[in-house]
Amino acid sequence: MNEKLLLDDGTELEQVYCRPDTLTDVPYHYCPGCGHSVVHNVLMEVVDELDIQDKTIGVAPVGCSVFAYHYMNIDMQEAAHGRASAVATGIKRVLPDKLVFSYQGDGDLAAIGTAETIHTVNRGENILIVFINNGIYGMTGGQMAPTTLPGMVTSTSPYGRDVHMAGYPLKITDLVAQLPGAYYVTRQSVHNPNAVRKLKKAVTKAFEYQMQNKGTCFIEVVSNCPSGWKMTPVETIKYLEDVMFQYYPLGDLKVPKE
Amino acid sequence: MIKGTVIINAKVCKGCELCILACPQNALGLSSNFNEKGYRYVELIYDACTGCTNCALVCPEAAITVYRQAKPSKKSQIKSE
Repeated sequence: MNEKLLLDDGTELEQVYCRPDTLTDVPYHYCPGCGHSVVHNVLMEVVDELDIQDKTIGVAPVGCSVFAYHYMNIDMQEAAHGRASAVATGIKRVLPDKLVFSYQGDGDLAAIGTAETIHTVNRGENILIVFINNGIYGMTGGQMAPTTLPGMVTSTSPYGRDVHMAGYPLKITDLVAQLPGAYYVTRQSVHNPNAVRKLKKAVTKAFEYQMQNKGTCFIEVVSNCPSGWKMTPVETIKYLEDVMFQYYPLGDLKVPKE
Repeated sequence: MIKGTVIINAKVCKGCELCILACPQNALGLSSNFNEKGYRYVELIYDACTGCTNCALVCPEAAITVYRQAKPSKKSQIKSE
């Protein structure tokens, strides 16, 4: 971070932001404007700053972020669909001095992996679960997910999600916040620079709690899916602010008692 | 005003325009050229950058490197006064 740049008029500038060293040079496969890559950047920035590259182990999910191990230059393990938190539990129990996080989407964590997630948090496993909630199955073609908002049009709900038939969106973060094993539960976003700064603080806190063996930390990131929502990236930001945050309000759901 | 600048890696830019939305100085804009992947990439169109890193934080591709003038130390400020 100490590189300098000399302008034509002789002003010397210092580098204040660059691509985190812990990211590999592989370009992301995500669609333009996808929130996944921002979360990857933030996670790896924190790993860089805390200098824990050699002792962090990530668990990649099934979904859009299935190739997370291509981009993060740390030890990664691929898990079966929905079972990332269970695999992370195993890794943490065998290697308790490593820092373990699982990175999961909403189709992974809130649908097929609901049982694994709830029981992992209930056991108070000392891991960090990063949950990306964009309300849709992005990878398979924009189908309805458990977190899809009522009335939201997806490829399997062309007239909008009917709550009488498909039920209500699952607020799994509120659910796990009720469990005694959860130590720190928060809902963040990546829709503007300040939200990204807050997310970075939350991830840093979560890794620090894990170093102190406090319990499960759960970070939900309300994200966008330009391809699945059939919007431009700039339109998705407006949709997030106007619609998604009404149902998924941002903020801490469970903070440690000092 | 503190001066800054950005260097954008046009090869990996996908032209999602999120950085244009985030820039408080409206200094970024889409180029009229395309990169190798066929996306219109973002470039600095006005020399108004203050190095606030907003664009780099929201850039999904981590394609933006930000440079900023060092803040003048309090001692040198007092001297110049």
